[in-house]
Amino acid sequence: MKYSCNAQMEEDPTLNAIVDLYRNKPEQLIAALLAVQKHYGYLPEGVMRSLAKELKVPFSKIYGVATFYSQFRLKPRGRHLVSVCLGTACQVRGGEGIYRRVKRELGVKLGGTTPDGRFTLETVSCVGACGMAPVVIVNEDTHGRQTPEKAIKVIKSYE
Amino acid sequence: MESLMDKCCTQCRHTPATPCSDYVNCRVEGPLCHDDPECKNKRREFLDHIVTKPGSERKKVVLCGGLNCGSAGAFGLADVFREEIENQGLGDLITVVLSGCRGFCEQGPSVIIEPDRTFYRWVTREDIPEIVNVHFKEGQVVERLLYQDPQTGALCRTCDDIPFYQRQMKVVLEHCGFIDPENISEYIAVGGYRALAQAVNNMKPDGVLEEIKKSGLRGRGGAGFPTGKKWDTARRVPADKRYVICNADEGDPGAFMDRAVLEGNPHSVLEGMLLCAYVVGSDEGYIYVRAEYPLAVRRLRIAIEQAERYGLLGTNILNSGLNFNIKINEGAGAFVCGESTALMSSIEGNRGIPRIKVPRSTEKGLFGKPTVLNNVETFANVPKIVVNGGGWFASVGTERSKGTKIFALSGKVQNTGLVEVPMGITLRELIFGIGGGIKGGGKFKALQIGGPSGGSLPEDMLDLPIDYESLSGAGAMMGSGSIVVMDEENCMVNMARFFLNFTERESCGKCVPCREGTTRMLEILERITAGNGNLSDIPLLEYLGGVVKTTSFCGLGTSAPNPVLTTLSYFRNEYLKHIRDKRCPAGECVALRQFMIITEKCTGCGACRYLCPAHAVSGEKKKPHKIDKDVCIRCGRCYEVCKYKAIKRR
Repeated sequence: MKYSCNAQMEEDPTLNAIVDLYRNKPEQLIAALLAVQKHYGYLPEGVMRSLAKELKVPFSKIYGVATFYSQFRLKPRGRHLVSVCLGTACQVRGGEGIYRRVKRELGVKLGGTTPDGRFTLETVSCVGACGMAPVVIVNEDTHGRQTPEKAIKVIKSYE
Repeated sequence: MESLMDKCCTQCRHTPATPCSDYVNCRVEGPLCHDDPECKNKRREFLDHIVTKPGSERKKVVLCGGLNCGSAGAFGLADVFREEIENQGLGDLITVVLSGCRGFCEQGPSVIIEPDRTFYRWVTREDIPEIVNVHFKEGQVVERLLYQDPQTGALCRTCDDIPFYQRQMKVVLEHCGFIDPENISEYIAVGGYRALAQAVNNMKPDGVLEEIKKSGLRGRGGAGFPTGKKWDTARRVPADKRYVICNADEGDPGAFMDRAVLEGNPHSVLEGMLLCAYVVGSDEGYIYVRAEYPLAVRRLRIAIEQAERYGLLGTNILNSGLNFNIKINEGAGAFVCGESTALMSSIEGNRGIPRIKVPRSTEKGLFGKPTVLNNVETFANVPKIVVNGGGWFASVGTERSKGTKIFALSGKVQNTGLVEVPMGITLRELIFGIGGGIKGGGKFKALQIGGPSGGSLPEDMLDLPIDYESLSGAGAMMGSGSIVVMDEENCMVNMARFFLNFTERESCGKCVPCREGTTRMLEILERITAGNGNLSDIPLLEYLGGVVKTTSFCGLGTSAPNPVLTTLSYFRNEYLKHIRDKRCPAGECVALRQFMIITEKCTGCGACRYLCPAHAVSGEKKKPHKIDKDVCIRCGRCYEVCKYKAIKRR
C-alpha cells in the first residue's frame, strides 16, 4: 500500500472509496475534503497529506483550502455541534445574548469542545431561518424562536 | 403509467435516447401523436390528482415544508395527516404533499387545502384529526385555525383573503408553496418546461435573447447588470465551450429568497438555466450552492435526477439538438464566494479569491471559457419571460428596474417571511403594509437593506421607491433583497460593528484596503461600543470608509463600509452619545448599559435575585428589589427573566 504516512487510511474502506472517487481530480478538492470531513467529523492531518498525493495537489494548497472555508475543521469536534446563528435577523432579535449565555454555560470558547466531548460550540452567519429568529442549530436540527433560557434547555436535551 | 411523466401506451416513443419534441405539451394536453380516449383519460386522471378542481371531491393537503415551518414541526405532520386520512377512510380522495416555503413564516406551520385554498396556521399534531373530520367529512372550516386580520379582526378563509398575500405580486414564487418540489409532474402540470419547449421548437436563440433584452431583466444578485447584455456578450466571444453557472451561494445574513426558490420550485431554476444554455450555446452548467442549505441541495439533486430521467437534461433535449448537463457544487462556507470570480475559483477547487475583472467572466470565466453567471432568482424569472413575452415583464416595475423582486423580511417586523412585490413600491408599504408594522408595538428605528453590503435607512427614507438606482443613491443597495427591521431597542453603532465584524472575518485577504481597512474600522467601532471612543474617531471612520470603498478589489470590499457610512450619516447622534456621554441609548452595548428596577412594578418575586450570577440583586421577598450598580456585570439575565417588565435597560 502506498499510504505510508497514515496507517488510518489503510484500514478504512470508506476513506479509500473517497480517494478512489476523487483520484487525479484536483478541481474536486473541496468536494473531497467535505466527504472526508463528513466521515471523520474533521480533517486529520495525515489524511490531508495522503489526499495531496492521490489528488496530485500540493499539501500547501490543501491546507490553504482547508483553512479558507469556514466549514472545515482541523480538530475533532464533540458529539453534538451547537451553532448559534449570528445572522442579521438573529442578531436583531437577541442572538448575541444567546451566544454569550451558551458560551458561559458550556464554559468553552468559540470553536471549543467541552472537556467531556459532549458539545462543540460554533457560530454561523445565517442559515436562512430568519422567519423564526433567533435560532440555535444542534447537529442538523434547527430550533427557532429561542431565548437564552430556552436555548440552554434545548442544548441540554442532547446527551 | 405510474406518473404523469410516463408513456400512456406503446405508441409513445419518447425516451431520453429517442426524444420527442412534443413531450412537454403531450404530458398535459396529450396524447398528441395519436387519438385515444383511454390514453387521454389516463392523463386527465393524473392531472386531476395534482391540480384539484373546484367542486371536485378530490382534495389536496399542501403542508409547508420550508425550513421555517419545517423546523416548527411541519416535517413530521405529513405522516400524521396521511395516517389520519387513512383512519377516517378518505385515503383515495385526499393526497398529502410537502411543498416549499410559501412566505408567511410567522404563521407556520401552515397548511393549504386545495382546491379551495383554505389556509390554516400554527397547525399542530393535535389539530389534524379535527381538520380531517371537520374539513373533509363535514365540509366545514376549522375556524379557530384560520388567520385573523389583526387590523379588521376578520377571519381569512383562503390564502387569497389574507392581506399579506393580497398586496404581493407573485411571479417567481407563484408556485412555491403550492406544488411538491420533489415531483417533476407537479411542475409540468402547472405549466413547467413549457418555456423550454416553446423556445427550442419555435424560437431561435436570437429570438429568446431578444425577449430577455426587451424584458429589461436585471441581475437579482445585487449589482443589477442587464441579463440580456450579459448573455449577448458571452455568446459573441468565439470559444469551443461555454459555461452557465447559477449562483446559489446566498451568504448574505438575512437573505433566504434563493433558498426558498431552490427548495420550493427547483425546476424553475433548471429551466431558466436550460434557456440560457440554449441562447449562449453552452452544454455544461453548475449550480454553486451553500453547504449550509442541505435541504436545498437535496431537492436540487432530486430535480436534476428527474429532469435527466425524462430527457429534459442530457443530450438532444426534446429532439432539438440542445445538449445540457448540470452539476451541483457545494460551497464550504465563504461569503466572498458569492462574488463571481471568487465563485469560479472555488469551483475549480481553489481558495475562493476574486481576480481582477478585465477580462470579464463572460469572456474568460470558469476554466478560462466564456461563462454566464446569474443568480437563482434571475434564472427563475427567465421561463416566465419566455412564456409571457418580454413586453409583459417590462410592463411591471419602474423606468429602469423591471419586474418583481423577492424580499426577505426579518427582524422586528410583525410578518416575517418572504414577499414578492413589483419594483417601485415604497419601503413603507413593504414594512407597514405587507409586513404589518413593528412587532411588539415598538417604534420603527431603521431598516438594513442589502445585508452587510447595504445600508441602514432611517424612518424619513421610508417613502423611497424600491429600485436599483434610488437605493444606491441613498447609500444602501438592493443586494439580494434582505430587509432587516430594527426598533428602538437596537443600537445602530452596535449594528455597524456587527456588520463590520462579519465582513472583516469574511474578507479573503487578497487586497490591502479590504483586509487592513475593515480590521482597523472594526477596532475603532469596538472601541466606541466599549465606551473608549473619542471624537476624532468619527472623521477617521469616514476617511477609512472612503478609502476602503474606492480602492478595494472586489464587491465585498467596495461595499463593506456602507453600513458604517450610512449609520454615520443617518444616526450620527447615537455615535456621539456613545463617545461623549458614554451611553448606549438602546441599551444594547454591554459595556455602556445599566439595569435598574422600577420600584412601582417590582413584585419582589425574587426571580432576578435567584438568577443573578453576580449576586447584584438584593431585597426582601414580596418587596421591591434593588440592583447594586457596582457589582452588576450587565449581563441582562434579570431583564430577560422579569415577567413584570419591572427592569429598565438603558
